[in-house]
Amino acid sequence: MSTTAMAARHETAAEHHHELGFIRTYIFSTDHKMIAKQFLLASLFFLLVGGILAAGVRWQLGFPGRPIPLIGGLFSDTTAPGGIVLPEFYNAMVTMHATFMIFFAIMPLLVGVWGNYLIPLQIGAPDMAFPRLNMFSFWVSVPAGIIMLAGFFVEGGHAGAGWTAYAPLSTNPEYSGVRMGQVLWLVSLIILGFSSLTGAVNYITTVLNMRAPGMTWFRMPLPVWALFITSWLVLLAIPILTGGLIMLLFDQTIGTGFFAPATDGEPLLWQHVFWYFGHPEVYILILPAMGLVSEVISNRSRKPIFGYHSMVLAIIAIAFLGWIVWGHHMFQSGMNPLLGTTFMITTIIIAVPSSIKVFNWLGTLWRGDLHFDTPMLHAIAFVSMFIIGGLSGMFMASAPVDIFLHDTYYIVAHIHYVLFGGSLFGIFAGITYWFPKMFGRMFSPRLGKVHFWLTFVSYNLVFFPMHNLGLKGHMRRIYDPNQYEFLQPLQPLNTFITISAFVLIAGQLIFAFAFFWSMYKGKEAPQNPWKANTLEWTAAPTPPPHDNFPGGTPVVYRGPYEYSSPESTDDFLPQDVPPDRVLRPEIPREPSPLPTGD
Amino acid sequence: MENWSWLMDESASTYGPAIDRLYLVILIITGIVFFATELTLIWFVFKYRHREGRKAEYIHGNMRAEVVWTAIPAVIVLAIALASRGVWAQVKDPQNMPANALPVLVVASQFEWNVTYPGPDGQLRTADDFSVRNRLDVPVDRPTHVILQAEDVIHSLFLPDFRVKQDAVPGMDTTVWFQPTRTGEFVIACAELCGIGHTRMRGTLTVHSAADYQTWINEQVQP
Repeated sequence: MSTTAMAARHETAAEHHHELGFIRTYIFSTDHKMIAKQFLLASLFFLLVGGILAAGVRWQLGFPGRPIPLIGGLFSDTTAPGGIVLPEFYNAMVTMHATFMIFFAIMPLLVGVWGNYLIPLQIGAPDMAFPRLNMFSFWVSVPAGIIMLAGFFVEGGHAGAGWTAYAPLSTNPEYSGVRMGQVLWLVSLIILGFSSLTGAVNYITTVLNMRAPGMTWFRMPLPVWALFITSWLVLLAIPILTGGLIMLLFDQTIGTGFFAPATDGEPLLWQHVFWYFGHPEVYILILPAMGLVSEVISNRSRKPIFGYHSMVLAIIAIAFLGWIVWGHHMFQSGMNPLLGTTFMITTIIIAVPSSIKVFNWLGTLWRGDLHFDTPMLHAIAFVSMFIIGGLSGMFMASAPVDIFLHDTYYIVAHIHYVLFGGSLFGIFAGITYWFPKMFGRMFSPRLGKVHFWLTFVSYNLVFFPMHNLGLKGHMRRIYDPNQYEFLQPLQPLNTFITISAFVLIAGQLIFAFAFFWSMYKGKEAPQNPWKANTLEWTAAPTPPPHDNFPGGTPVVYRGPYEYSSPESTDDFLPQDVPPDRVLRPEIPREPSPLPTGD
Repeated sequence: MENWSWLMDESASTYGPAIDRLYLVILIITGIVFFATELTLIWFVFKYRHREGRKAEYIHGNMRAEVVWTAIPAVIVLAIALASRGVWAQVKDPQNMPANALPVLVVASQFEWNVTYPGPDGQLRTADDFSVRNRLDVPVDRPTHVILQAEDVIHSLFLPDFRVKQDAVPGMDTTVWFQPTRTGEFVIACAELCGIGHTRMRGTLTVHSAADYQTWINEQVQP
């Protein structure tokens, strides 16, 4: 059915719509905007959990063997007797920090929140293609989260084999000392996979079928492109993870031996399966952030995104190449060295589309009219930190250099520059930019800026020195570096990083406070506070009602980045303003006399 | 601050300098790109900040720019890949392993390194083999070939000074070789999370002069 007819049907439904009760509005909602907010609150909670776990890891590294202050007494004898962290608890904290951050914070913050919130609004649709499936997608993630939290309270403690769960450490409680914790970890992630998968199905279908009239592919805003491509990655990668997790679970529980040598299994098989998912996963974790950042930079520069088509092609190239680089996680694994060469070449090539995006962001800022609101600060920070994260990747992409850098803090530095410097700053840009749309009030500019600067400075103090730790050979996932004489001189640096990390984590409380304060006390937002072109700002009220567009499905006449166009007196030109309604610059009454020939 | 450096400490193996040189080349290239892009970013942030009356320029892009900034990075990264290929083959290609390397069997387990030497007959897995724990003794200026095994979970033999890192995987033999260029005592570390005792899986690598090495061998064989 044509998009116009489908939109008309939704229009009619909205007219006959009646008041939903509290439960159907706030708890079991099928409205994509409410589901997005549910993902937002849940994942901000897990971001906090991940941050607390990071604090625990950093405490042990900064002040090894010393009791955790203030709350040390609250820990059990199996985790931190007298407040002194045990190695098994340390391993669990390292594992769970990454697990919560990747699966329960960053992924839902990018894909669950923005996929849900932005896709229908930015393409002119009243909701997702499958609203009830959407509701399921959120609610199935809740038991997954509860199960993952439960792992801390079972005998043997939580999984401690790293978020990468390499076998046989992860399959055999005799080796790890952990049984139930690892099982719960596996079950939780298997369940969570269904949340991601159903979300991806929804997003892809919605973008394919429900774009408003005139919303051609190359008039879609970049967040939609990024989320659309990301959804294909999710669709194809998550089932592979789920399959691998089930195999791991079977090895743990019902006596299969997929990854155990004793049964002719193969430990390296786990690594191949995991990283075949794991590498596309990291692009799932960055591409949507790139989309959000493109939107903010273009809008706050009052300038079209530079190279829109190249930006789209770069997203597709990164997504495609991301499937053939996974072996770079396995250079030193015992895998055939010839494969090391091939994976090295593909890995190094992926630097090219990433750098194209960086240059295009710089091109967007060039000769722009830059407004440094909080979202723009985060977006610019994203670009500058992603440059560092991307460049550091060049070192480990070189397989022989990776011999030294693998499993050192150099890798930890790289990961956090792309995941925090990249993804999380992108998320902050998105939250502060679309906050007025979601809640009808502006995110406090003052608190937003304080939070930004505190975060930006302390974040660099935490993660930049990790490059140097790695260059000195400081290994990852090490409970007590002082066991090694060659690492002892690095203790002051570890302590410095820890103190900076505490400042960083504490600084996020400002964000949490600002978030809730602004929701109730922030300045009331006009419909289009950023003078944006995209449909969520121009065709839907702030905040939008159920079915989004009370005036009916918008019609799109142009691309999303027509800022400072000579066609209009305004420095923006919304996608849905018909050509004859554009505010044109004054045309002189009579044309100026043309010079005559002689 | 002491120990703050953008370079690794000087290596003690024959292929160490090749790896370090590659690292330095990548550092120089990425360093140039880093300063160029970040300084441009900072410059733009200042130069194009909003001021009263300022207008942005309506530009959608520039095809020539796209071609240039696609082609130049592509050439640079491929050059890095090609340079890396050579060093990778030098270190990892079994055909490039020096002949007459001294064989040593290292078995990693939770949480120690068991090192077995071939003994006077020069052959591993014969009756005159002898084993030591958590130490590896090798002669200077001669290649040592480590056959690496793991008894339980994946470990990783990390000899930072020699730029050696090789995972030890249960159920398979992995292999790594190195040739020390100076004598001394160096660290052996485990570089793959292997359980609760991962942090204490350390050992000492001692590089002896040729004469001292023979002495050490004799001491082990005749207790």
